[in-house]
Amino acid sequence: MHALHLRVGPISFRVGSAWRSPIAALRLLYAGYPQPDEGIATVTARIGPPMPWRRWIRAQVAIAGDHSLPDTVPMALRHGLLAAEMAMNMQVALGERRYLLLHAAAVERGGKAVILPGESGSGKSTLAALLGESGWRLMADEFVLIDLVSGLARPFPRAISLKNSAIAEMESRIGDPTRFGPHLADTPKGALRHLRPNAEAIARMDEPARPALILFPSFGFDPASDGVSRSELFMRLTEGSTNYVALGQAGFEATLRLAETVPAARFAYPNSATGVAIVEQFCAEAGL
Amino acid sequence: MMSARRVATALADPVSVLSLAPDQWTELLAIARAERLDGSLAYRLADLPLPAPVAQALDEARAQAEFGRTQALWEVEMARRVLAPIGIVPILLKGSAFAFASLPAGVGRLVGDLDILVPRHRLDDAEAALLAAGFEWAKTSAYDQAYYRRWMHELPPLVHADRGSMIDVHHSILPPTARPSPNAAALIADSVEIAAGIRILNPADMIVHAVTHLLADGDMAGGLRNLWDIDRLLRLFASTADFWTMLGERAVLHDMREPVALALRLADHIFATPVEPRLAGYDRLRDGLYVRRLLARDGWGRPTRPFTRLAFYVRSHWIRMPPLMLARHLWTKARGV
Repeated sequence: MHALHLRVGPISFRVGSAWRSPIAALRLLYAGYPQPDEGIATVTARIGPPMPWRRWIRAQVAIAGDHSLPDTVPMALRHGLLAAEMAMNMQVALGERRYLLLHAAAVERGGKAVILPGESGSGKSTLAALLGESGWRLMADEFVLIDLVSGLARPFPRAISLKNSAIAEMESRIGDPTRFGPHLADTPKGALRHLRPNAEAIARMDEPARPALILFPSFGFDPASDGVSRSELFMRLTEGSTNYVALGQAGFEATLRLAETVPAARFAYPNSATGVAIVEQFCAEAGL
Repeated sequence: MMSARRVATALADPVSVLSLAPDQWTELLAIARAERLDGSLAYRLADLPLPAPVAQALDEARAQAEFGRTQALWEVEMARRVLAPIGIVPILLKGSAFAFASLPAGVGRLVGDLDILVPRHRLDDAEAALLAAGFEWAKTSAYDQAYYRRWMHELPPLVHADRGSMIDVHHSILPPTARPSPNAAALIADSVEIAAGIRILNPADMIVHAVTHLLADGDMAGGLRNLWDIDRLLRLFASTADFWTMLGERAVLHDMREPVALALRLADHIFATPVEPRLAGYDRLRDGLYVRRLLARDGWGRPTRPFTRLAFYVRSHWIRMPPLMLARHLWTKARGV
């Protein structure tokens, strides 16, 4: 097994692969990330052939690790980097018990966090990537970790997965080509390219922030915005959390605290520039 | 590769972990999770001065186990409320029994489905009451339904429509087609009331059932966890004066003398469980094969020894039904019925 150890925020990974290339790509993408505390990775993610011969003949990649789901579809070896990323995500989604997980992106300014929950395609990653390059600190593009005791958001600045039109958009903005992973064409999620968060996001990965605003983005519509009631916010947060149920009472209390104390709204936007402007407008009104 | 030995050693001798190197800790956690022993390990190591990242990971495992325990006890209460009005007192089996009775085997243990034992002549009543209370069939094919009812020691599994929890209603602890034939009537008659409307097996029968689970009913998947159950129970029960005599008698009564002896030897070998030598008997050549199967994991938590595993998979079917019936069953399953 080829292996890479790294720490992202409070989670220390050991990533293993039966092939060398996905680990080599991962090592480049995560250049500059810290090693696990005391050298001990506590979460194992791995990728390997679903059947022994698939290592060489028409190579296929299955994702696994400490936690796995039945019936995950194997991928082509040329998408090995994406498979390794998905294996890491799966461990967090299924195994995390210290923090409430929100399927959301987040950015921070002045110690206050804006949380952007959303399904794939809502544009949350692209918005967070753009904000992260223009005066905000990127905290997360996929999972926001809410501390069960303090209610603070912990950064989890994994590589951002840019999809389809977002790729060219970020390529034109970021001069440093070493922050990008390889072009991955025709993945199950379309064209995909990973982007390493900037140096500030990585250096401050242990610095939490107080959730101050929750905005639900919808990409591809005329500009519009609307309030979100406390009860709807609670329901949407539970739906968007992979470990809400497993955390039991602690998860309920953390979600309730967010719903009762953090203002929330939804907005639609036709393109990223408008989306960023709407987020900034909301923040100005909320005094962020 | 027998890396699961590391988990066994850590469970049996917690202090041994203090000399682990960082990479060995990572391996220990991965293997323990693969064997579903991370909760048990977390409680065993709780009082030791551990590296901070490990202590955190084990905190999470304990939180997970505590939540599982709450849910398991709730499911017991739900079943009790359904069955009490029709006069059925369920006998809890396996994880639910350990949790409800606060037995050491239940500490940190994952509880899967709720398994209960009821008298065979009350099976139809129990089924009707559970269906009326919101449970539904998990397997709906006519073949599966007929197969369970004709040949299995339990009803086809039931899932609750709202809670998603599963209940297995047993009338015995092995299929009637299996080579050993346990005495279900004696299991029920000599069970122990532990709370109003709830019973568990008596200590010797509990061991016999754990042994059927380990050796006589399946391909030893999760075997290390099942053997750990046996270790925990034996260490507790052995302090009772006539326990070993009782175990010997009940093993004979349930036609399980050989498997019980083998399980005692395996527990002694892997967890250094103190066992009664007259009951355990002498080591056999094939014991090594079982040990290899129980410990077959590599440092990444991956299963190793594919041929040993396959052999035990074939064995699991072989001991569960006669050859002609097995051929018919596999033929039907292969046709996708």
